[in-house]
Amino acid sequence: MNEISVLIAGKAGYGIDKSGSIIASLFNHLGYRIYIYRDYPSLIRGGHTFSIIRASGQKISTHRNNVDFLLALNQDTIDFHKQRLKDNSIIIYDSDSVKLPSFPVEIQSFGIPVAKILKTENAADIMRNTCIIGAFCKAAGIGKDIMEKVIKKSMAKETELNTKIAVKGFDETGVSKQIDVIAQVSLPIITGNEAISLGLIKGGLQAYISYPMTPCSGILHFLAEMAEEFSLKVVHPENEISVMLMALGFSYMGEKVAVGTSGGGFCLMTEGFSFSGMAELPVVVIVGQRPGPSTGLPTYTGQTELHFVLNAGQGEFCRFVVAPGDAEEAYYWSGISMNIAQKYQTPAIILSDKTLSEGASSFDIAQTGPVDDEKGFLWDRKGEYKRYLNSETGISQLAFPPDKDVVIKVNSYEHDESGITAEEAGVTNKMLEKRMRKEAYLSSELEDYKTVNVAGNRDSPTGVVCWGSNKGVVFEAAANLGLRAIHPVVLWPFPRKQFQDALNGITKLVCVENNATGQLAKLISQLGYKVDHTMLRYDGRPFSLDELEEKLRMEI
Amino acid sequence: MMQEKNWGTNAINTWCPGCGNFAILNSIKSVLKSLVADNILAENIVLVSGIGCGAKIVDYINANSVYSIHGRVLPVAEGIKLANPQMKVIGLAGDGDTYGEGMEHLVFAAKRNIDITMIVHNNRVYGLTTGQYTPTSPLGYKGRSTPQGSKETPINPLEIMLASGASFISRGTSTTMELLKKLMREAIMHKGFALVDILQVCVTFFNMYEYYNKNVYELAGHDPADYGKAMQRIREWNYSNTDAKIPLGVFYKKEIPTFEEYYLHLGKETERSQKIHKILENTI
Repeated sequence: MNEISVLIAGKAGYGIDKSGSIIASLFNHLGYRIYIYRDYPSLIRGGHTFSIIRASGQKISTHRNNVDFLLALNQDTIDFHKQRLKDNSIIIYDSDSVKLPSFPVEIQSFGIPVAKILKTENAADIMRNTCIIGAFCKAAGIGKDIMEKVIKKSMAKETELNTKIAVKGFDETGVSKQIDVIAQVSLPIITGNEAISLGLIKGGLQAYISYPMTPCSGILHFLAEMAEEFSLKVVHPENEISVMLMALGFSYMGEKVAVGTSGGGFCLMTEGFSFSGMAELPVVVIVGQRPGPSTGLPTYTGQTELHFVLNAGQGEFCRFVVAPGDAEEAYYWSGISMNIAQKYQTPAIILSDKTLSEGASSFDIAQTGPVDDEKGFLWDRKGEYKRYLNSETGISQLAFPPDKDVVIKVNSYEHDESGITAEEAGVTNKMLEKRMRKEAYLSSELEDYKTVNVAGNRDSPTGVVCWGSNKGVVFEAAANLGLRAIHPVVLWPFPRKQFQDALNGITKLVCVENNATGQLAKLISQLGYKVDHTMLRYDGRPFSLDELEEKLRMEI
Repeated sequence: MMQEKNWGTNAINTWCPGCGNFAILNSIKSVLKSLVADNILAENIVLVSGIGCGAKIVDYINANSVYSIHGRVLPVAEGIKLANPQMKVIGLAGDGDTYGEGMEHLVFAAKRNIDITMIVHNNRVYGLTTGQYTPTSPLGYKGRSTPQGSKETPINPLEIMLASGASFISRGTSTTMELLKKLMREAIMHKGFALVDILQVCVTFFNMYEYYNKNVYELAGHDPADYGKAMQRIREWNYSNTDAKIPLGVFYKKEIPTFEEYYLHLGKETERSQKIHKILENTI
């Protein structure tokens, strides 16, 4: 078999996340590509949390509903997830705390006396994970040597005892499947947030300012950890209003800066966002979407902020919006966004969501693209310097304090080329048109990038269009069903030409989104494309592959 | 001999005749001149203002400036200071801006003791929006949003600053320019978060000229290192229009570690590609 899904579940505080990483690492050592879906409620201890680890021979960025292995550390796991079992699924459970209902005979099960094993070894409760992972390895036909290697690498604390517990679990179980080894190199496994962070770093990030908010807190934590390594100034101020304005202070001084938040935090940032547009201060904003309105479902996923970010901030100004579809795109476009913001002196938005930000997957840097630390248009030191000098492209040359030869004035009011407040009609027109010209220039430069992905059966007259993290599930479903999949990565300025080319020969267009109103469908309809059908999910959960395939099959 | 810097701009001044802002503008220009004369580099000075009559000041001074948005002077100033701790960062904004919309930022800037000077044009009224009450207007103030009189007692911003951790707290007025210049200069030279609250006359909407002239006095024999005494003197006048005397001068001053110091050790760093590859390898 070259594809396996494993679900491990328990209460928050059981170490489910860590267990998911260990299982992923096991498959990684066997040459598999990995995707991890994490599902957890908004609480610290208790509740029900689970991870689905999917491993495949090919690159994947989505999970399946059905699982091959169910690892149950408590009764809830069986009760909540039994509908995910297939004919040949295998249950591995803690026989000291879980009572199995009667299942069809095809479903194999292994009860492990986890509590007894831990007691005999005088081990802490948290090690129940290690025990059940040991049992899983045996059942899946994963060698003891690989298991021990992964446990030793993953468990910094109590390494010896953990290994011993894993071996006990291993020895208590029988073999039921033999997972093939795939002859390909193992890849790093990172979250979308980590991919975004590394991309920002590669694109020249010098300062990151953020107030914690799911699903983007992971970026703040990662960059704070990396601050010394990369000489980053990482600041967590009093609120998101301060975050955005502090970032603009860095930006004025010429430091490349990014901020990260979710919809609620971005609400607070919008006045500063508009200031960035007027004062032409570059800033990258990561907006990780989750279901609203208001607090909504903090730890779940959604694609509800497309029109919010397209229209955020008072007034009209140039902006760049990109919605990466997987870890590779998250890395690449985060780096590119840093450079676009700097070059065009404008805000750039990276639209993520909980699925992309907190999902983990194999990451192949060779599949990304070149990202450098570009400095933008710096003052050539010829003639009198004006911060907002009018130009053909709308871009003015940059100078930063301290510069002994120039005084640098930026302004939130409409202003003249020197940055002094101006309210005259003529100056207003000239300066507004200058700023808007940057968007046209950006739009033409973007034609050099791959801004629209096409996959699946490229000749199919039926197109499935999606954006952001739905790339993985839609591409895989389209390939399986012989449909054409279309995924615009850049959403503003909208890549009309590449999108038009991607739609060539399409007679039916279905739009798949994680929201209730079809926000991309609305956007492309405004641009003159006909969307025949929207397929929407808005319960905070991402589409799974099996679910989407069934829906598409019914629709087509 | 270097040519002396021209500190003025071509911008047309739009303040009302007799506005207290003129005294603040002349004082700060004179202080900047004196700083440069003392070998502080002009290019190392950045002014950050908010929105309101007082905030227009940056248009009138030929220095690096960010004409920011209402209430947000301090986060911008903090970003500038963290980007380059060599900069002398001076915030200039009104009382509605600093003590109303921006109060949370003010408390946190003081808490961090970041080395920034905040100069507050405290005329105790919203001028540019035509005369509404502010956080420091007295109880009963009749403005266009409170025609029956304000129902709130004013805050004493200096008391809040002392409680929040500011390491330099002072008060001046737009009617005593020599003292004002002295306070501004001392505040800018102080290493840490410094506040200069300026009781400024708004001739159009809240002319307190006579009241201030009658009641202000300059602190003498006060020990600004004494927290308890500082609090006592700060509480002598609570921004209500009572006949209490109004002390001017430096209430509190202390040298303590500053926020930007924690970022000083971060040097220029290169070789990002190799480091990224190493981080990725560790996840396999």
